[in-house]
Amino acid sequence: MNPDRFILSQILLTPLVGAAVLACLPEREGKKLHHVVALAFTLLTFLFTLHLPYHFASSMAAAQHAADKFGTQPFAFESFHPWISLPLREHPFVLASGINYHLGVDGLSMWLVVLTGLLAPLGVLASWNAVATRTRTFFVLFLLQQVAMIGIFISLDLFLYYGFWELSLVPMALLIAIFGRTEGRRRAAIKYFLYAFIPSAILLVAMIWLYTRTGTFDMPVLQVLAAGHGISPNGHALWLCSLAFLVAFAVKVPIFPLHGWLSDAIVEAPTAAVMVLAGKLGLYSILRFSFGLFPEQSRHIAPLLIALGALGIVYGALNALIQDDLKKFAAFSTLSHVSFIALGIFTFTVSGIDGGTYQILNESLIGAALFILLGLLYERYGTYDMRDYGGLAARHPWMVTSFVIMSLAAVGLPMMSGFVGEFLILNGAMQSIAAHHIFWTVVATSGVIFSAAYMLWMIQRVFYGAVGYRPSEIAGFDLTLREHLELCPLIALFLIMGLLSPYWMKSIDTYAAATADKPALFEPSHIRHVETETYGPTTATPFVDPALGAGALGKPAPATNPGAKY
Amino acid sequence: MNLQLLWLIPLLPFAGFLINGTLGRKLPRPAVSAVALLFTLLPALIVLRLWLFMSGTNAANAYTVTSAPWIAITGLQINFSFAVDHLTLIMLAVVTGVGFLIHIYSAGYMAHEDGYWRFFAYLNLFMFFMLVLVLSANFLLLFVGWEGVGLASYLLIGFYFKKDSAANAGKKAFIVNRIGDFGFLLAMFLIIQHFGSLDFNSVFSSVISLPSHHVVAMTAGQLAGIPFNAPYNHNFITAICLLLVLGAAGKSAQLPLYVWLPDAMEGPTPVSALIHAATMVTAGIYMVARCHVLFDRSPTALTVVAIIGAATALMAALIGMVQHDIKRVLAYSTVSQLGYMFMACGVGAYEAGIFHLMTHAFFKALLFLAAGSVIHALSGEQDMRLMGGLRKRIPITFWTMTAGVLAIAGIFPFAGFFSKDEILYQAFISDHPFAKLLWAVGLFTALLTSFYMFRLWFKTFFGAPRFDDHAAALDAHGAAVHARSDTTLVMEAEHDTGQAHGVHESPWIMTLPLIVLAILSTIGGWVGVPLALGGHNEIEHFLEPVFSAAPGLVEHAASRSAEPVLAAVSLVTALLGFFAAYVFYYRKPGIAAAFAAKQPALYKLVANKFYVDEFYNGVIVAFILTFTRFILGGLIDAGIIQGAGSAAGATTRGLGSITRRMQSGNIRSYAGWLALGAAAVVIITLFGIHPLHF
Repeated sequence: MNPDRFILSQILLTPLVGAAVLACLPEREGKKLHHVVALAFTLLTFLFTLHLPYHFASSMAAAQHAADKFGTQPFAFESFHPWISLPLREHPFVLASGINYHLGVDGLSMWLVVLTGLLAPLGVLASWNAVATRTRTFFVLFLLQQVAMIGIFISLDLFLYYGFWELSLVPMALLIAIFGRTEGRRRAAIKYFLYAFIPSAILLVAMIWLYTRTGTFDMPVLQVLAAGHGISPNGHALWLCSLAFLVAFAVKVPIFPLHGWLSDAIVEAPTAAVMVLAGKLGLYSILRFSFGLFPEQSRHIAPLLIALGALGIVYGALNALIQDDLKKFAAFSTLSHVSFIALGIFTFTVSGIDGGTYQILNESLIGAALFILLGLLYERYGTYDMRDYGGLAARHPWMVTSFVIMSLAAVGLPMMSGFVGEFLILNGAMQSIAAHHIFWTVVATSGVIFSAAYMLWMIQRVFYGAVGYRPSEIAGFDLTLREHLELCPLIALFLIMGLLSPYWMKSIDTYAAATADKPALFEPSHIRHVETETYGPTTATPFVDPALGAGALGKPAPATNPGAKY
Repeated sequence: MNLQLLWLIPLLPFAGFLINGTLGRKLPRPAVSAVALLFTLLPALIVLRLWLFMSGTNAANAYTVTSAPWIAITGLQINFSFAVDHLTLIMLAVVTGVGFLIHIYSAGYMAHEDGYWRFFAYLNLFMFFMLVLVLSANFLLLFVGWEGVGLASYLLIGFYFKKDSAANAGKKAFIVNRIGDFGFLLAMFLIIQHFGSLDFNSVFSSVISLPSHHVVAMTAGQLAGIPFNAPYNHNFITAICLLLVLGAAGKSAQLPLYVWLPDAMEGPTPVSALIHAATMVTAGIYMVARCHVLFDRSPTALTVVAIIGAATALMAALIGMVQHDIKRVLAYSTVSQLGYMFMACGVGAYEAGIFHLMTHAFFKALLFLAAGSVIHALSGEQDMRLMGGLRKRIPITFWTMTAGVLAIAGIFPFAGFFSKDEILYQAFISDHPFAKLLWAVGLFTALLTSFYMFRLWFKTFFGAPRFDDHAAALDAHGAAVHARSDTTLVMEAEHDTGQAHGVHESPWIMTLPLIVLAILSTIGGWVGVPLALGGHNEIEHFLEPVFSAAPGLVEHAASRSAEPVLAAVSLVTALLGFFAAYVFYYRKPGIAAAFAAKQPALYKLVANKFYVDEFYNGVIVAFILTFTRFILGGLIDAGIIQGAGSAAGATTRGLGSITRRMQSGNIRSYAGWLALGAAAVVIITLFGIHPLHF
């Protein structure tokens, strides 16, 4: 029996079973029973997710054959079961009509599933001491959240997807409301819920409209239809529909200026929850659904999103610079980072989409490390106020080392994971054909200055200089073994993903190359300039100096990927 | 020779970093320094082997080794790839040679510091990145080294992180460098856009294949009305070059981004010698020289480079004249000398720039290390007003430093004379529009240089001692510079009570590198003795294969008859500087102060470094922070964005309180609403108002 057939269901169900088991276990004061069980199930899930990268290429190759036959995009580890059949007047796609249990991953989503698998056990470890009461509630909600996230990444049926999308709201809102840090937690939870829920309701309307037009919820089929302008001739309706999709996702990312919920939610949410709060879900959904179903509309609105991305980068970075509260600082730094990604994907260049997708992974890991580290500080000194810290470097050498490495990854130091993504994103922005792209590239690139400024200033205020007020009262301790265990995988990944990006990129690139605009670029393009700038209309043929022309110099052809489609 | 050995050149120091960085805390000090020294010596030996190999083969050859791809996406592939040609070879020799000497010195200088292992780990990390920088065969890998040395610099400047000033200086260095990196990044994006690659080879060969101005003039240029001799400017190349210049200005501390370098003196002195004098800060010059093919195509960019260089050289020399901190004098002198190198590049005399880079690495490293030895002798005193008369007390330091001072002042036949003279000569004869002005500024700066260096020399080693011998002995290695924990204080005191006097010559481990560098500062310039002075200018021939690849570089056919005259002029200038310093600071020590008192406004302006830092902090940074706090954070975030959420909530609530009235619990009012609703339905149906139909 081929495990590829049910591996995704297995990954989806493991945390669900875990949640059910946890719900049955009685809670005892001072016992770590739920922690251990949750850790076991999350580790098991992670183990299963590792199946994906190892067998991705072979599964993709197998899927390619069928995909070519039907003209759809290939998806690996696909599984398809009819779920609810809906009687409707027309069934243009008999096989995929109604609502189906349709799972599959491609280059875009595969690593996101693995990422979710990795973050969950780290989240459990981060909650080891931080969560001491109502552990059952906490871990059941936490695992349900994981189910919802995995479901979002692997659903290829809009209806199924929507179920998981809505499911992802509830555990998070409850985690914030119950386990929030201050009195403002209820308010933050409601805010988060409403911000995410209202656009989601409109998203549902848009999905049902799509169904009424096409008779299917099946994503690959819809994508083929969309590419062939087969969804609806009503351009106005398509526009509204694409906006409904985009806004629902943009709020979840959040894209500036829709980030009103973010800082409250981050300030309140417990470490484990905040690690998975922002970024991935919304950005993935934009890439999969907005781009997949509304390719033209997305390209039309791209200049706006590029501008918002660039503004968000600078806006988030500058706001992070002036925060005294470490959690608010982290919120704005998160905003700045996700804005980078939004900018990258809306450039519609291979470089931008590759970089953006890669950066989703990096940003999640960096964010996780940042929130874990902040949580460790809070566990020791009981405050997130930077002004109460100072001079911790001598006391916590390992902690400051981790902090510095995390910051370097976050500011995009070359050879660290953040650099590859940021470089490709900004490069994509420069190569884009969207309006005013050069201006926005310059604005966005200035983010590298501000990000260094806010990160290093934070490090200085917390770790350098004279010993601060809180640390002078409380004797802290350096990282424990468990804390090392949380941080070491992340730090190792910062370095590995910074150095060996092709390992990840080769699958991501299959998606990006299929999605991006086909560039007329990367030919010996200086000839283009000679044509346009040097020679008037009198010269018809491009000029190549016979002595020094590209051919004469034996200039190698521009490098391409073996998997390149064009 | 197996060229795969190239990989080992940077990787060995990295191994040293890993060993000391992870285990160093537990290792004894001799083991730490042994590891660091070994992993710096080995690359130096490989470079030596490489030099022998390269000099035995065709000089025009450049060797490239390529490994796995680092970034590979459809349409763009960037490999881990190293290349070595004669330019790289010189840089490698300087970095590994001077680097190794400074490592030896550090083993003595840092012997009593807390965080010994941390220091050597960072130093090896720096070596790793610096070697990656000079070896890389593409822009992106160069950028790795570029940012990496910035990181090492940040860590080492902030080595005494308990001091706020040190932490601030480190942060400042990193952020100002990032402004430069911002330009570098944008330049790379433009390069990708126009050339589709970041490989030096393919980019530069594409640039070379761009039509040059005479081709244009002969074919379509005349038709299009372009004047025959108009220099052909590719606008995008100018844009790329100017962005690269921004990057170089950040790294090489040029106007307007030089402000970080003087502050960087907060780091330990060997760091100032290695990173902020000999190697890292020359990366900008190296980069411009490496990209000379691009710059040669953009007269505009070259002019900008030359002007920035000359202006920086002059301004920094002016500031250097009135500094009292011995390390700060040297820091401004570094900025000034880097300005010379920039100027050389700007007039197209890249080999002169690299020549000066090399001699500067020798004498400036020497000066910093000697200054460190002085500071060591005076237990941490850096203020020249509290020195004086040290000539007899620390003779080795005195004599070696004298060699360095003579070299930088440009006294024949020390190293600086030849390299500086070459730059001035090249500026003089270049066809640059401001050639003579550049030369005059350079010459005047040479006068200032000679003056402030001999000022330093006289104030430190001559006259009456102005330090407190007894206090120096008690306050061994004063806490002002050497921040450390209580446990080492005890050890320190034991170490120093063994000495009869507070002021003492440094141990051999520190004087040995001084002596080697003094020899290099003396004879290092002899490889560039120009033909006119009876030499062979070996270094120019050595670098010729690298820089002659550029077509359009005008060969100066003019005879070099002007050269001996110009050399004599600059020598006289240097002697004039010496004489002025002699009068001001030795014969009549009072007149400097009197002079300053006569021109209080001017003196204040220069002494306050032209208020550039104040401008940056008080205007630019303050504006950004205020704008963020009140407009972005206050008005937009707290006001509009959070306000919109609250407003939406309030509106919903308000609407609810209106519609709530329908649910009064009163049957009659329900009946009324029912009737109203039914009426509405009837009207809509009758009059055909359809809901929006999709």
